[in-house]
Amino acid sequence: MHDAQVIVKACSLSKHYGSIKALDGLDFEIRRGVILGLLGPNGSGKTTLLKAMCGMVRPTSGEVTLFGQKPSHSTKELVAYLPEIDYLYPWMSAAETVQFVSGFFRDWSAERAQQLMEQLEIPARTKVRDLSRGLRARLKLVLALAREVPLVLLDEPLSGIDISSRAKIIRAIVGEYRTGEQTIVLSTHQVQESESIFEEVMFLRSGKIVLSDQAEHLRQQHNCSIQDMWEKVYDR
Amino acid sequence: MRLDFDLAKPIYMQIVDEVKRCIVRGELGPGEKMLSQREMAQSLKVNPNTVQRAYQEMERLELVETLRGEGTFVKNDVMLVKKLREEMASETLHSFLREMASLGFSESEVVQMVSESLGNGGSREYAGGEANA
Repeated sequence: MHDAQVIVKACSLSKHYGSIKALDGLDFEIRRGVILGLLGPNGSGKTTLLKAMCGMVRPTSGEVTLFGQKPSHSTKELVAYLPEIDYLYPWMSAAETVQFVSGFFRDWSAERAQQLMEQLEIPARTKVRDLSRGLRARLKLVLALAREVPLVLLDEPLSGIDISSRAKIIRAIVGEYRTGEQTIVLSTHQVQESESIFEEVMFLRSGKIVLSDQAEHLRQQHNCSIQDMWEKVYDR
Repeated sequence: MRLDFDLAKPIYMQIVDEVKRCIVRGELGPGEKMLSQREMAQSLKVNPNTVQRAYQEMERLELVETLRGEGTFVKNDVMLVKKLREEMASETLHSFLREMASLGFSESEVVQMVSESLGNGGSREYAGGEANA
């Protein structure tokens, strides 16, 4: 039976690229309504895992299911994905980009997109090529959060951008997140600024889960921050 | 409400403690409306579920009450400030006494040091409630 409270479930999920085990037998469940921090240094398997969840990567063995189904066309309607790569067309303006992307999704909320553009202070008429890295990152976030979907996957939305953009992005995620209904998985290798928004964290190393727990529980049990845990997990 | 969290401690408890301090300092009066959970989550950049847990804890402690469709309010209870002041003073005092005992000071030494400290113009230094920490 499919448990309504568990929306993502992985069983022995593996993805190999030749001899490299990007994902090495993962077993986990993600509950509805949490913001999960998917943590790990570069090359630990975060991006591969997110791609496996949205059906862009086929597992070598094992499986991952979303809402009880394998990733496919029908699950794409339930998942918004923000890729790490810069995929925006440089010759479009910010507003044109929003307009263009909105055409792909039935669940697009023009109202939300507009609110987010304002909240994130994105100049609508500026061409993408003239936007700073931080502004391009904010624009990508608008494209992911303007959809009314139960699962949002954000791959490194905070990496390589200025502090003020990072703070704005974190505020927008907290503000748009619909408590109890929406689930957000956010991957990052910079946990310091983002840790207060995670309800749960999962640490990956070499394609394996090394630690997975509630953030507040870790703080209570070990008297240390997620950042401290990171150092314990990776820097020894 | 501004908060620099100690991320090595549960965040929801720090929110509860800060609201208590705001009530004691009079920055939140009896019956006053609190920020909504969403507003607080956004302004503190904290997971909304963590804020929800803090609000539940404050309801359990009878610091606040939530009226359906209207929001969350500080309890309209004139005794609340007095109660919280005493409670927080007693916590601070006990942790000070524990710390001094663990450093090996006797009760009489502690009493002497406190009164000397207050006598040496210290009372002015510590007066006026909240120091700018």
